[in-house]
This record gives sequence, C-alpha cells and structure tokens, in this order.
Amino acid sequence: MAWNKKFLRVNLSTGSCKTEALNMEWAQEYLGQRGLATKYFVEEVDPKVDPLSPDNKLIMTTGPLTGTVASTGGRYSVVTKGALTGAIACSNSGGYFGAELKFAGWDMIIFEGKAAKPVYLSIEDDKVELRDAAHLWGKTVFQTEEIIKKSHQDPQMRICSIGRAGESGVKFACIVNDLHRAAGRSGVGTVMGAKNLKAVAVRGTKGSGGAIKDPKAFMAATKAAKKVLADNAVTGQGLPTYGTQVLMNVINEMGALPTRNHRDVQFEDARKISGEAMHEKRPTDGKSHLVTNAACFGCTIACGRISRIDETHFSVVNKPEYWGASGGLEYEAAWALGSANGVGDLEALQYANVLCNEDGFDPISFGATVAAAMELYDLGILTKEQIGLEAPFGSAQALITLAEMTAKGEGFGKELGLGSARLCAKYGRPELSMGVKSQEFPAYDSRGIQGMGLAYATSNRGACHLRGYTVASEVLGIPVKTDPLVTEGKADLVKAFQDATSVFDSAGVCVFTTFAWTLADLQPQLDAACEGNWTMEKLALLGERVWNMERVFNNAAGFTAKDDDLPPRLKNEPAKTGPAKGLVNGVDKMRPEYYKVRGWSPEGVPTKETLDRLGL
Amino acid sequence: MQKSLHIDPNKCTGCLQCEMACSYENHGVFNISKSRIKVFNFEHAGRKVPYTCTQCAEAWCMTACPVDAIRIDGKTGAKVVHEDVCVGCKVCTIACPFGTVNYVVATGKVQKCDLCGGEPACADACPTGAITYVAADWTGLDKMRAWAGKTDTQPRAGA
Repeated sequence: MAWNKKFLRVNLSTGSCKTEALNMEWAQEYLGQRGLATKYFVEEVDPKVDPLSPDNKLIMTTGPLTGTVASTGGRYSVVTKGALTGAIACSNSGGYFGAELKFAGWDMIIFEGKAAKPVYLSIEDDKVELRDAAHLWGKTVFQTEEIIKKSHQDPQMRICSIGRAGESGVKFACIVNDLHRAAGRSGVGTVMGAKNLKAVAVRGTKGSGGAIKDPKAFMAATKAAKKVLADNAVTGQGLPTYGTQVLMNVINEMGALPTRNHRDVQFEDARKISGEAMHEKRPTDGKSHLVTNAACFGCTIACGRISRIDETHFSVVNKPEYWGASGGLEYEAAWALGSANGVGDLEALQYANVLCNEDGFDPISFGATVAAAMELYDLGILTKEQIGLEAPFGSAQALITLAEMTAKGEGFGKELGLGSARLCAKYGRPELSMGVKSQEFPAYDSRGIQGMGLAYATSNRGACHLRGYTVASEVLGIPVKTDPLVTEGKADLVKAFQDATSVFDSAGVCVFTTFAWTLADLQPQLDAACEGNWTMEKLALLGERVWNMERVFNNAAGFTAKDDDLPPRLKNEPAKTGPAKGLVNGVDKMRPEYYKVRGWSPEGVPTKETLDRLGL
Repeated sequence: MQKSLHIDPNKCTGCLQCEMACSYENHGVFNISKSRIKVFNFEHAGRKVPYTCTQCAEAWCMTACPVDAIRIDGKTGAKVVHEDVCVGCKVCTIACPFGTVNYVVATGKVQKCDLCGGEPACADACPTGAITYVAADWTGLDKMRAWAGKTDTQPRAGA
C-alpha cells in the first residue's frame, strides 16, 4: 500500500517499542519520507538540541512508493539533526532495506533517547525487539550483517548498521545498508552511534500494494514512467553503462572538477579515474576494474557499480579479504578520494572506497577532509610527524593509510574524523575548509557551474549536490539548457530544483529519475497510489513547504544568512584553466535575488506571508 | 509451440521487479517473500542470478506427489499446483532437485511457477531482458551463437 499508516517509536533509554498511527492529515501535506519525517522531527525536537545528546531523535523513514513496482521505489531516508552540520539532516539511501521495512508493515521508525549499552533493533513483521549488541560493537558493517543474518538463521534479512566510524564519533559517519548503499551525509551515523544503536535488522513478509488506491492505474502509470527512463539517453544508456562516473570526463572538460582542495578546476588524471577507465582491461590481469552494474530495489536504471580491485595493487596485495567484488566507484567517491586530493590511481580509490563502506564513513566528506589536510601539509602547517606519514597532494599511499586510520579511529585518523571545518579551524586556517555549514562540497566546482554555488550555499543540510542539482540544467540541458558561467536566472533555477527534489525525496523514489522524469511523470504514479487528490499544484506547493519547514528549523537552530555562503577561495580566487578561467562564483549576487524569489526577508527568514501561503 | 522461461544472469541487475510482478500476479500484493522466482545475489562474485522452476519434462515433484495435486497444463506445459488438492505434505519439495517448489506457511500448501498461464509476469517486468519467454527448443541457441562467434579457424594474416 502507499502508506502502512503506522510507525514504530523506539525509546532507547527505556527500551520500549510502541506502535503509533501515522498522522494522515500530515501525510496529505508532507507526503512521506523526507517531508513527513521532517514534519515529525521539527514538531518533536528542540532546534537547539545537541546532535549527540539523547534528546536528538533519529528517524528512518520510507515514502509511499517505497516497496512498490514504481521504478526506483526502494528508497528510505534518515532524518535527524546532523552531527557534522548541526543543521537538519536528511540522508537518502537505496539498496533493499527501505522496501523491507515497508514489507514488514512499517512506514518509519522514530528512535529517541540513548541505550545504556549497545543494542540493535530486530524487526520480523510485527515482532519488534531491542537486542543486545555487545558482540557487534567494534565490528565492521560487513561483519555486522553477516553475524546478524547467521544468528537469526535468515539470509534474507535486510540490515542497516554503523561501522567503527559511527561508534568512535567520526563526524561524517554514515549508516550503511545492504553492504554498500549508504545514508551517507551530514553524520547521521554519528548520531546513531551516540545512541548506542548498532544496527536495524528487518524481515518483512507482509508485502505492500494491497491498498494502492487504484491498482490498475498504478500499474499503467508505473509502466509508462519506466518507459520514459528506458528511452532517455542518461537513464537508459549513460547511467547503466558508466554509472554516475559518466560525469568524470564531462565535468573535467567543463572546468568544474574541483582538484587539490579546489586550488584547480581541472584534473590532469581525470581520465584515469573515469567511468571509461573502469571498463578498460588492466595490463596486470587482463580484467576490467568494473565487474557489473547493479540496481537498488525496484530500479530500472541500475547505475550502481560493482568492481574488483587488482589483486596485485599495493593497497591489497596481502589482503585477500579485499579481492572480491564490492560496491563502487561512484562519481562522487571517485572525485572526493581522487581528484580532490590529486590522486589518479583508480585501484587505490576503490580500496579507500571499500573502507568507507566497510566502516561506514562518507567518502565525500572524508576525501575532502584529506584534501584539506594535504593542503595544510603543503603549507607546512601540518608535518609528517603529526600526520604519521608524508601527505603531499597526489599520494595514493597517504590516501589509503589515512582511510585505514580513520576506519580504525587511530592516530591522525581521529583528527580527520572531525571533518574539514573543525580540522582547519583547529590549525588556524578555517578558510581552507571547502564546504558550507561544516559539510564538504561534492564534485562540482561552482566557479564553472555558477548555479551550484547558490545551491550549495542555501542547501538546508550543508553543501550538497542532491538538494538542488542545477548541473542537470547547466551542464546536461535538463529540462532546459542554461549557461553555467552566468549568475542570471539561477535564483529561480535553484528554487525550482530544490522544491521539485523535495517532492521526489518525499515519495520513495530516487532523485536520479529526474534526469528523465519531471514532476509530471511522478504525479500520475503518486495519484494512482495514494489516497487523496494529488495534483501537480498540490505537489509543487508541497515541495516548497518542505523546503521552508527545513529552513525554519535551521534558523531556529541558530543559522543565519551568514551561513549561506561559500569559502573565500571560491569567491576570490578565479578558476585557473578551462571554460571558467578567470571566473569566481557570484553567490553574493545571487543570494539576495534568491531570498526574494523564496519570499524571505533580506536576512533569509521566511516572511509571515510566505509561511501562511505554505500552511506553515 | 511450447515456450519456456529463459534466464540470462549476466543481464540481471538485482532490481527484483520480477519478484514483485510474480507476487502481484499471484497474490495481488507487492511481496517478494511470496514470489515464485528468486534473485540470488552472490556479493563477492558480483553476480545476481534469477532462479525458478524450469518445468522439467519428467517432473519429480509431480511424480512424487501422493495426491496428484501437481498436473501438467496442456496449453503451456507448466507443472501446476492445484491448491484445492494439495495437502501440504511437502514431499514434492524434497523430490525437486532444484528447490523451486516451496511450502507457504500462510496457506499450508506448496507453490511453484506456473508460467502465469502462458504470459509470465516476471518476463514482462524484467527491464533488461534477463528473463525472457521464448520457444522452448530455442533456449540454447544464443549461447551456441556466442560460442560459434568465438570459433576462429581462419588463418590470420601474417601468422
């Protein structure tokens, strides 16, 4: 069914697990997943709460299309106050976990409080219990999944868990499900670790679809929408063949590939770490790095990458446990671990990426923090003795050693675990942290793609490409081509992308569908599935409502217009090469216009009229 | 002409659309735990393999059934479980060498693939062509063709 109409409230302090009815009035206004869970969150949690305190809550949530035949209908999100950012966090993941939670009869789980000792939550349909996790604490994500499946004698359980990074308080720890899908950003895994919650294991045999509003219309609408994905060049060919890595060479040629902590905008070794390179046969074993593509639950795109590291590569030569196939590399990880640090060694990147999955830390924030450390090393502020080894830009050895240290929480890994903002501040150079609201930039340099500067600056969860992906328009021409090098018109563009994305994130489908789908493709699927009358107008307003709700929370948490800004490097140091040569990002020009378009005051506060219009 | 399901694991992405289609066709819900086709994920090899009943000509499940609940569908050649006759003794699940006939706790009967009466929902739902429904005597031809293409008996220039 679209909604199961019930959710679990788990109080980790008292150990109680209660069933509650889903507020269906709110569901009509906030749909599900990101929107609906954030509504619960802002109603229940003080915006000033310390993210790591028991008073912070953590919500795992599905959308109405999660666990249905809608393409990509397997998404779930984690909503909390981010440990990395102190802002509202909403991290979205695929794999199979979300659909399984739905099949077990639940729409979401709200975790409150803090367990006295490590625990994990076991859900087998209606049978829900907190179990001791002493034997799992200190274990990696991979080990945790294996141990739980064995002890439950159920290989079909779907599990999300934190690795050692989440346990040890790495600020950008993820929650990893199905071995290599992750609710990756903003430190949602750190919050889970602070609650002594190691894992959630779900087995659902109830299924869904019994209460789809109009099953016949739903089957027709989902079939039509799948055809749109199959017929589209990006979702039908580019993504299945090359994954998100299809972008590496494209963005490099645009002069928008941040390199060496954003000192450069083009990487001389981009081709070596690209999607195309993953297809090439290696001289050592005659095999390609890429083994196959893979889909998340229900996905007819299948952008996921499954790769195998070269057994003779120095990073794994004596480690047969890393010789099997594993997830990666996706574009963001390949960029953050590679280009951001000037490392052009594909095998080393994949090894570091597997470590990120294995112990649950965000490769974007980790890679970008290594980049900041390498710049501090380059400037002589950090020394070989402090780091534990020489760490010049381009060193694959430094990258993999630092990844191992971070996974284990040893040596300089503890400092990297702070994230780049805290690390750079600690060493007196806060301006060298490349991010917004303490969250590191993803893989697009905003000097070469101007709209992304505004999207980063105003993203409610800190710098992020998934809140308003204007790259689609500025680079790929979706839905219309705009000039990436100008600021004109970008305020409207950013708002449009942010609002539409909020709807997709609230529906249970993947934002990658938006390479091919517009709201007009999603609307018939939602309208056929969900009770109520789901018009385009209702959805558009819903997206804007979700965005403003998040903004109101952040403002109350203490964020101001000053936090909607980019590091000085992007505003003062022009791009050195490529099409954007000589350009800086014009965020200061775009921001006032954006506030106006949003109906916010010049201080970035939604006006009363705006809140009234949105029913907030 | 008799047709059969043809499975090419190399094309499978693990999206489970086949499992949802199967459960929806047979149970009216999206519920992969009720699907008669299963996709197995061999993580360390990076392989995903859909697997279901191959409709053996001389089906051991059918011969083993003590109450004659498994019968041949004359139209498709499928071996079909008749739920009103099945007593849930599970002997067929022991007899089947491939494990593709399964006991369902909720009904107390067994279930297996029945080719959806000749229009298998899984094949229709598969987005990559990993599951197709083809003439039964053609199932090996694409493999033969692939191997034939690798056969090279022509002398190479300069060899």
